[in-house]
This record gives sequence, structure tokens and C-alpha cells, in this order.
Amino acid sequence: MGSIEQSVQSTDHHGPAKGITRWLYTTNHKDIGTLYLLFSLTMFFIGGCMALTIRAELFQPGLQLIMPEFFNQMTTMHGLIMVFGAVMPAFVGLANWMIPMMVGAPDMALPRMNNWSFWILPFAFSMMLSTLLMEGGAPNFGWTFYAPLSTTYAPPSVTFFIFAVHMMGISSIMGAINVIATILNMRVPGMKLMDMPLFVWTWLITAFLLIAVMPVLAGVVTMMLMDIHFGTSFFDAAGGGDPVLFQHVFWFFGHPEVYIMILPAFGVVSEIIPTFARKRLFGYASMVYATASIAILSFIVWAHHMFTVGLPLVGELFFMYTTMLIAVPTGVKVFNWVATMFRGSMTFETPMLFSLAFVVLFTIGGFSGLMLAIAPADFQYHDTYFVVAHFHYVLVPGSVFSIMAAAYFWLPKWTGHMYNEAMGKLHFWLSFIGVNVTFFPMHFLGLAGMPRRIPDYALQFADFNMVATFGAFLFGFSQLIFVYNVISCIRSGKKATAQVWEGSHGLEWTLSSPPPYHSFTEPPAFTSPHRANG
Amino acid sequence: MRRNGRALLFAGLFYAPLVSADWQVNLIEGATEISRSVYNLHMVIFYICVAIAVIVFGVMFWSIFWHRKSRGAKAAHFHESTWVEIAWTIVPVIILVSMAVPASTTLIQMYDKNSAELDIQITGYQWKWRYQYLNQDIDFFSSLSTPPEQISNEQIKGENYLLEVDKPLVIPAGKKIRFLLTSNDVIHSWWVPALAVKKDAIPGFVNESWTRVDQPGIYRGQCAELCGRDHGFMPIVVEVKSPEDYQMWVAEQASLKVVEQQSAQKEWSQAELMIRGEAVYKASCAACHQLEGQGIPGVFPALVGSPLMSGDSAEHIDAVLHGRSGTAMQAFAEQLNTVDLAAVITYERSAWGNQGGAVTVQQIAELLKE
Amino acid sequence: MSSQAYYVPAQSRWPILASVSLFLMAYGAGTLINALSADSGGLLGLGFLLLGALSMGLILVGWFGHVIDESGQGLYSDQMDRSFRWGMSWFIFSEVMFFAAFFGTLFYVRILAVPWLGGEGEKGVSNMLWQGFKATWPLMSTPDMKAFPGPKGLIDPLHLPLINTLLLLSSSVTVTVAHYRLKQDRRPQVILWLLLTVVLGCAFLVFQALEYIEAYHELGLTLQAGIYGATFFILTGFHGMHVTLGTLMLLIILLRVIRGHFAPDHHFGFEAVSWYWHFVDVIWVGLFLFVYLL
Ligand code: HEA
Ligand code: HEA
Ligand code: CUA
Ligand SMILES: [Cu+2]
Repeated sequence: MGSIEQSVQSTDHHGPAKGITRWLYTTNHKDIGTLYLLFSLTMFFIGGCMALTIRAELFQPGLQLIMPEFFNQMTTMHGLIMVFGAVMPAFVGLANWMIPMMVGAPDMALPRMNNWSFWILPFAFSMMLSTLLMEGGAPNFGWTFYAPLSTTYAPPSVTFFIFAVHMMGISSIMGAINVIATILNMRVPGMKLMDMPLFVWTWLITAFLLIAVMPVLAGVVTMMLMDIHFGTSFFDAAGGGDPVLFQHVFWFFGHPEVYIMILPAFGVVSEIIPTFARKRLFGYASMVYATASIAILSFIVWAHHMFTVGLPLVGELFFMYTTMLIAVPTGVKVFNWVATMFRGSMTFETPMLFSLAFVVLFTIGGFSGLMLAIAPADFQYHDTYFVVAHFHYVLVPGSVFSIMAAAYFWLPKWTGHMYNEAMGKLHFWLSFIGVNVTFFPMHFLGLAGMPRRIPDYALQFADFNMVATFGAFLFGFSQLIFVYNVISCIRSGKKATAQVWEGSHGLEWTLSSPPPYHSFTEPPAFTSPHRANG
Repeated sequence: MRRNGRALLFAGLFYAPLVSADWQVNLIEGATEISRSVYNLHMVIFYICVAIAVIVFGVMFWSIFWHRKSRGAKAAHFHESTWVEIAWTIVPVIILVSMAVPASTTLIQMYDKNSAELDIQITGYQWKWRYQYLNQDIDFFSSLSTPPEQISNEQIKGENYLLEVDKPLVIPAGKKIRFLLTSNDVIHSWWVPALAVKKDAIPGFVNESWTRVDQPGIYRGQCAELCGRDHGFMPIVVEVKSPEDYQMWVAEQASLKVVEQQSAQKEWSQAELMIRGEAVYKASCAACHQLEGQGIPGVFPALVGSPLMSGDSAEHIDAVLHGRSGTAMQAFAEQLNTVDLAAVITYERSAWGNQGGAVTVQQIAELLKE
Repeated sequence: MSSQAYYVPAQSRWPILASVSLFLMAYGAGTLINALSADSGGLLGLGFLLLGALSMGLILVGWFGHVIDESGQGLYSDQMDRSFRWGMSWFIFSEVMFFAAFFGTLFYVRILAVPWLGGEGEKGVSNMLWQGFKATWPLMSTPDMKAFPGPKGLIDPLHLPLINTLLLLSSSVTVTVAHYRLKQDRRPQVILWLLLTVVLGCAFLVFQALEYIEAYHELGLTLQAGIYGATFFILTGFHGMHVTLGTLMLLIILLRVIRGHFAPDHHFGFEAVSWYWHFVDVIWVGLFLFVYLL
């Protein structure tokens, strides 16, 4: 146990500890950020391999590689791992690395708790993955685990799934508390809320969403546990409960959850586009208000996932209208990005390429979302591949591309070396082509009537499935370039300057590349960008 | 693995993509007034989105092309404009309202469940559908009829691969038909694209939906809510007949009932029961307990060597007739007729080396009367 | 803003140990609960659970002890203090949302699901599946009485629950008084009022236990009694757990006050616990209204 003398020292001693204990015991926001990012990458690969298993089975009609039982397990685990294991931790990793540097703080507000937030995750996911080896198999009821398929009819491993979800929830809540405390309390003197970089703003709002909805997820899995093992009837009409109640509670969590996966992405893109357009972000204030509006609206749209469960008409109309409204603040964001590029002086380094692809492809995903929001039309789209196309467009070239963009954007800052630009561009183009070849045909499949979560399909769906599978393998294997590029960037490469990019502004770019172990030991001088540019 | 069907298998693998050269990339217009208005709604919204995309991406690509540093572009300094920002908040709102109006109209129309001429209760089971014509003596199950050999690629896949059933739902054309949807176990969803009807079947609750199909024809759909292992294998086929043909079909159902009752009176030998039982087993039990009765450890119990199969037949019969509450084991008393029940129980008790011995049709009939 | 340097703690062993304990607890609980229906593996699960819980307890003692030491050394600036405050406030907010899920459940079944099952409203057709079922609240008979036999009687809200309400409300007052006395640095008084709070908390728990016994043995109000029992126990049960935790924390604070911790102007640990206690109290008022009274 660090004795007191040691702790006192740590305020003025710098540099990481040696060996494995550096990572196990760390209280440093950068080390923890790195851990989160590596963990996320690992999960992305595991979840990706599951996706490839799914795609391989769907390459042709008929059952060839895996049985339906296992197929359902793959779909479920793929969704869960990508959402909770890959995308969310990646954004927490970015927050850990960047927020203290952006607000001029030495570290996160609660560094020990920060470590705890991270280290719960590997245990939670080991438990989640270990269900694959259990008798009866892993959870097979979809990442949305609707009761009673996930209660009365679930394999015994569901109990471990429930506890794994609890652990992830604890981790996310603590992580979010830390982010909020850091942002609200650790800004350099003089930095007002409306001076903060947008990445910080979007994370502040995301953290609020996390704290508001992760406990609800914990509540709903707790009710499942009670129904399965203690004889309650929350989701059983025979005792006066309702299976649809599960869906209401789940989606009250679930819809804000999807914005948890996109708001930080908005933040990242809002940092990158101005940098490479060499022009200040257009409409800073409206960006902040739009983000907040999206977050608030996200609490009252949940039942758009449930249009077919037989909601009363007023409910159906209410949720249709509120959902459609979300297009307005999201549109403001898109327009602002475009206006930022307009009459800029643009260059197209890899982070910018990923961000541009983000704007286009996310918007396409948003449009399909808007179509889904139209309740009577959703009766035709619901639970088809049209939905799968929608959410992969917002999640893969949306969230995942923004994470890639962020990685390329900040890697030189983190490592002190430039990555290999040619390889980055290759990675981008292959990913861009791969993603579209994979997910665009899914729109056609869905409209033509292919349900989701099926291991085998009617013959008229054969061609597009084959195309999608080709695309998935192309996209998947292109990610190896990314890994190679990251590793070689950590090891070697051209030295990066402190500012790294010609157009970069902000406190994080005043620190050397790589930054000192404790970011700002003294509060840096800060002038509001508003004052600077009038 | 299975080596015999190799040639066939290869034929099957390469056959599939070839036959389906006509690509379907859009919603179908369907066969009802509702499905057509949904289609129109879909197209309108789609075109609006395309138009917005053209404008937004147009400006973006314009900038990418002209305002690039390599062309010597210098960055401008503007970074906000209240008027522009207000404008592009208001305009989308107006566009959205113009979408919401037709959407609401169609939705309200869909929710008008009044004045139906025929009520059909549809119940989802893992993994088949049950159709009960209320106020009529028609009640049957409808399950996948694609042979397993096609699914495992040992046989060439038929035209309606995975979209065919043993007994389709039959309804008259031109009449408003109300569906009352519920489920026996987990949530299913009854979806026929051509009717634009998709409604969840929820255990313990009843959902309502309706349709009126103009033209006779055969319309196919699938279960649209993940409902376990064979979710991908519970299709829906609706056969719409002209009112006259429909009346004939109704009459036919009544005579089939009589035939069935007669067969229950007849003496069945064990050998006959075994043959019939095997067929019933494959159709109703094998999905869970597996073809060889081996089950799936931890999920579905094995029947091979199970004490239930060799012990007192009463317990075995009870399990099959009434199911096991709280598990996936269904009550088959309502799904199968007396002969089928006797046959399948006999089969389970004697197949795969089980030594339980036969049960008789009469035995079952007695129990069912109670 | 304070010019004091921000204190970044050195490496710490506690978090990783806490993660391991949490894993042991979760894994143990999972195994144990699964053993309920599989009748094997129970001992193993229980072992893991106890091991995890025990080590978690020790770790928390060590970890908080460490923080208290640091605080005692004056390492924490005002800014640090604010970080703790933000942390605690948002943690309580997360707890509020946890309860919100269960309150939401209660309202949903009461206002929508049960009436639908009983034949009212837009989905009243559902009653065709449960002929004879009448919707009432509290739900005395369930749609399927064989599976969920419904309670025989109900708890009289004006008896034990009312007493408990008074107990908790007054405990909120006593803890506030203790806080004022601490600010005035009148330590013996602080001890007295805190002690009173702890006693009130314990009394609440005793009554709650009595009420559960009555519910199970006399009223047939159990977890398996249908949706009323289910919502009743999940809400009161989780609340009870929070009272237990709160009482424990108050006790620790009491011991610390006796040891001479906390300064009149610097006592965040004390405040955090009292915030928590007020939160538990507010939840109870909600419970009393919606679970017992209305
Ligand atoms: C990052 C994740 C993310 C994001 C950002 C979104 C964004 C949106 N989503 Fe999506 N969604 C998911 C992830 C996401 N979704 C997931 C994972 C599921 C499936 C879950 C499951 O069942 O497994 C899902 C499912 C889903 C459904 C349920 C479908 C079904 O099951 O039947 C619906 C229905 O309304 C929906 C709607 C929307 C809408 C309206 C938006 C909006 O926020 C989009 C807004 C954006 C735009 C509209 C584009 C930009 C705007 C302009 C350029 C302005 C001008 C435009 C107009 C005026 C039209 N989504
Ligand atoms: C952020 C979330 C996220 C991400 C990134 C992805 C990424 C991908 N997803 Fe999916 N997906 C979901 C979230 C996500 N998904 C969700 C929530 C569902 C719903 C689940 C449900 O229905 O319950 C779903 C469902 C889903 C389905 C539908 C399954 C069904 O309905 O049965 C499909 C089918 O094609 C699919 C495919 C893919 C593919 C090909 C990728 C690719 O982008 C993945 C690419 C990545 C890799 C391939 C890994 C990296 C590369 C390598 C490791 C190379 C080396 C490889 C080998 C050696 C094999 N996903
Ligand atoms: Cu039944 Cu899916
Ligand atoms: Cu949503």
C-alpha cells in the first residue's frame, strides 16, 4: 500500500512505475486511457470475429457452418461485445486521455476510482465470454434480451450474463461520475463552460446520460433475475405482469444508450473538421444546444423500438413525433460541419478522411433512422435487415469511424511519433469501401423482406447476402492495417511537434508530444477562443 | 459428415444464386389498400431524404473540391450566423411536419379495427402458428414444410425454400378480417409484407390487427421477432380465396374433422403407431429433442435412456399432454390429435433403444376426456 | 479558485483488488443462484460469494482508511473536496434512477398492464385469455391463480409503515441536528444525535423485518404472490438494503467522530453520509405513498 510519504512524493515526482504494476495500480489518466483503448480494440476484434462468423454462415442459403442455436449466441454476443466492450470503452479511453489535457488539469478528478472503473471491465467480459463454454451455451436471446425468451426460456448462463451486465454498469457509472467531476471541477481558471472544446461538452452530456440510464439497465436485469430464480412475475401476465414492460424499461435505457455511442463521436468530429479546414467550428453555441437537445429528447423516444408491440394509438403517435424531432438538432450538427468546411482551406489527412466519411455515412444512417421513425412504415421495416443496415451505418462508419479518426488525430500527441500517412490512407479507403459493400446491400435485403436474426434465408436474398459477406471480410481484414500502423507508430516514426497539425488549437496542443506524465502540474494560461478571435 | 449427397450439395450451393437473378431492392406495393399507402409513404420519405442528401452533400463536395488548400484556398473567418442557424432549424421542422401528416393518417387508418367480418385468433408457438377461426369450428397448426435435407444442403432447394407451410391460413378476398394475436410461450411477430401487417404475438396479451385483401393469391411472410432456436424457420403463408372458394374450403374442413374422428376409432397396431409416430416426432419434437432423441445438454433434455420413457407411461403422457410449465415443453394436447399423440408417445418409448412400450389411442382418449 | 496544487494520488493497489473481489462476488452469486435450480455447485458459489464479500469489506476499510489518512494529513485541497462532492451527488443521482426503474414498473403495471388484463382500455381484449380475472389494485387475485396465488391480506399502511415513516423522518432530523452541532464543534452533542440516528435506523430495520415476517406468514404476501408482491418486495427490499448500508455508514461516522475525526469546517465524509441518508428517506416517502397508501 502506498504509504503516505510515497503519495506526497507523487505530486512532485514524474514518470510511470516500472513493469506490470504500472498498469495494475495506475492512477494516471493516460495509462488508464491507454488500457481502455487496448481493451476496446481487443473486444472489437473478438466481436468482429463473431460478426464474420455470422456473415460466413449467411454467405449462402442453407445451414453450412454453424447450427441455429450457436448462430443466435453469435448474434447476441456480437451485439453485446461491440456495444459494451468495443465502442463505449473506446470513448471512455479517449475521454481519459483527452479531457484532462483539454481542460488543463493534471489528471482526472478521482484517479483511483478511475483505475477501478477500468479494471472491472476485463473481469466482466471474461465472465460474459465464459458463458460460451457453459452448459446450454451463451445467451442466445439477442442483445436486447426480450423477456420471456431471456427469462423462462433462457439457458442457465443467463445468470452470469446478468451479473456481467451489473459489473459493466458499475464500471460505466463510475467512469461517468469521474468525467463529470473532472469537467465541472478541474477546468483551468478562466475556462467557462462555453469555452470548453466540443469533445469535452459532448462527453459531459454523455456522462449525464450514462448516469441516468445505466442504473435503469441494472434495474431491468435485476427484475429478470427475480423472475428467473425467485418466482416473481414482472414479465409474466399470469401474475399480472407484462412481457412488454421489459421492453419499456430496456429501451428507456437502450435508446439513450445509442446516443451514448454517438455524442462523443460528434465531439471528435467537431474537433477534427475545424482543424483540417483551418477554420473555426461554425456555430459553436448551437452545437452545444443541439447536443443537449438530442440528449433530452433521447429520454422520450424509447418506444420507437416497439411500434409493433401493440401500443395504444396515442402512444404510437407520441413516440413517432418525438423521434422525428431528433432529426432537427442532429441536422443542425450536420449543417454546422458542412458550414465549417465551406470556404475553409482543407487538407485531407487520414483523420479528416475518416471524419468526412463519418459525416456522409452517418447522415445516411440518420435518414434510414428517420424512415424507421415513421410508425406505419416501420411496420414493414421492423426487425428486418433494414434496421440492421440503419444501425450499422450509424455505428460502424459512425461511431467506429470517429474512433479511428480520433486515434489517427491524437496518436502523434500520445506517442510523440507521426503514424504512416500512406498506410493510414490505405486503411481508410479499404474500410470505406468495405463498410459500404457490407452494409449498403442490407437496406435492399430488409426492404425485400429479410428478417434479422435468422441463420438461413429464402432464395431471393442470396445475392446481396453474398456481397455483404465479401464486404465484411474486406472491412474486417483492413483493420489489421490499422493495428500495424498503431504499433509501428508507438515504436518509431517521424517526431511529432507539440502542435502536430497546422490547424490545431487548444490546450492539449500546447503540451509536448508525448505529453508529460502528469499533464498540467501548474494550471496553464488560458484565453477564451471567443475573446481571441472576437 | 454426410458424404453421400456431395454432388447434390455442390449443385445446391451453386444453384441458389443463379435462380434469383431478379433483384428485389425495394418494398413491395402489396395487396391491400393499407400496404399501398405504406408504400407511398415510404417512397415520399425516401425521396425527401434523397433531396436533402443531394443538397447537403452537394455543398460538402463543392467545398471539398474548391476550398482545398492544394488549390490555394484561404480560410474565411466567419463562424456563426444567427439567421442561418435559425433557418436551418425551422426548415427541417416544416419538412418533418409535412411527413408526419400522411404518416398519422395511415396510422389512424391501421388502428381502425371496427366492423370486421371474420375474427381469427393467431397464436405463436415455438416454432409454428396456430389459427383458430372464432365462432367456427376451425382450428389448426401451421408449420414449416421445407424438408430438412434442403436446409442441410443435401437436396436442391425448392422455389419457396423456407417460405412454405403444411397448412396455410385461408381467408376470403374482399372482406375485412380481424386478427387477434397472442402467444403460447415467447414473443413472436406475425408478418406478411404484402398485407403490411406486422404485429407482435405476446404471451398473456392479445394484440389486434386487420386486413382486407383485394385479390385472391398466395402471400408469404415470416416470424419477425427472435423467438429462439428456430425463429428463422416459422414462416407464414396466407392463401386468399374468392368468397365462393373460401366457402368450399370451410365445408372441406368440416368433413376432414369427421375423417379424423373415424381414424381415432380404429384399432392401431404398434407398428402403425411407430411409423406415424416417427413422422409426428420429426415435425413436432425433433426441433428441441433432436432427431435421435439426444437433446441438447443444459437446454433440452435427452429422451434416449430417459427414465420417463421407460417408467410408468402415465407420467410420460402427462408431460406430453400438458407440458411442463416454466420450461420450453409445450402442452401438446391441443396441438395434436389423439392418434398422433398415441403414435408419438409410442415412438418415443420404443425408438433409439428405449424400452417403455406402447400406449394406445384409447388410453389417450380416456385421459383427454377428463 | 484555490492555488493549492491538486493532489494526484500515487499508484494504488486497492482498485485492482476491489475488481477481483467484485468478480468473485459476482461469479459466486451467479453460481449460487444457479445452484438453486440445479441442486449442485451451491457450496462453491457460496464460498466464492463469501470470499468476495469479505475481501471487498476489507478492501473498502483499507481504501477508505487510506483516504481518511490522506485527508487527515491535509493533502486535500478545497478543489479536491469539490470533486468528492460532485462524485457523491452524481452517485446518489444514479441511485435515484435505479429506484426510478422500479417505480416506473409499479406505475406501468398498475395503470396499464393490470387493467388491460382485466378487460379495460385499448388492449382490454386481452381479458379473453383470462376470463374471470378482475383488475384491482392492490392485486388480490392474479390471472392465473395456480401459478401466482395472490396475497390473502394486505399490510395496514397506518400501522408499521406509518411508524417506520415517522422513524425515518425523525432520523433525517436528528442527522441534521448532528451536522449543525458538528459545525459548532460540540462533539458530545454530535455523538448523541448521531447515536440517536443510528438507533432510529436500526429500529426501522427491525420493524421492516417484522413486517416481512407478517407478510410471509400471515398475509401470504410473498414474492410469488403475483405482481403486487413482486413490486412490493423489490421496492421495499432494495430500500431496506439501502437503509442497512446507510446505517452502517452512520455507525462508521459515529465511530470516527468518537475518535476525534472531522473538523467543524472540513467534514465531507460526514456530509456524504448524511446526504445518502436523506436520499434513503426521500425514497421511503415515495414508497409509503405509492406502495402502501395509495
Ligand atoms: C449510434 C447509434 C444510433 C444513432 C445515432 C441512431 C439514430 C437514430 N435512430 Fe436508430 N438505432 C440504433 C442506433 C442508433 N440510431 C440501433 C443500435 C438500433 C437497433 C436496436 C436493435 O433493435 O437491436 C436502432 C433502431 C432504431 C429504430 C427502431 C427500428 C425498429 O426496430 O423497427 C428507430 C425507429 O424510429 C430508429 C430511429 C433513429 C432516429 C430517428 C435517429 C436519429 O437520431 C437520426 C437523426 C439524423 C438524421 C435525420 C440525419 C441528419 C439530419 C439532417 C441532414 C437534417 C435534415 C433531415 C431531415 C429534416 C429529414 N433507430
Ligand atoms: C458498435 C457496434 C457494432 C459494430 C462495430 C458492428 C460491426 C459489424 N457487424 Fe454488427 N451488430 C451490432 C453492433 C455492431 N456491429 C448490434 C448491436 C447487432 C444486433 C445484435 C442483435 O440482433 O441482438 C449487430 C448485428 C449484426 C448482424 C445481424 C445479425 C443477425 O441479425 O442475425 C450482422 C450481419 O451481418 C452484423 C455484421 C457486422 C459486421 C460484418 C461488422 C463489422 O464492421 C466488423 C468488422 C470487424 C472485424 C471483422 C474485426 C477486426 C478484424 C479482424 C479480427 C481481422 C482478422 C479476422 C480474422 C482472423 C477472422 N452485425
Ligand atoms: Cu417466432 Cu420468431
Ligand atoms: Cu432508438
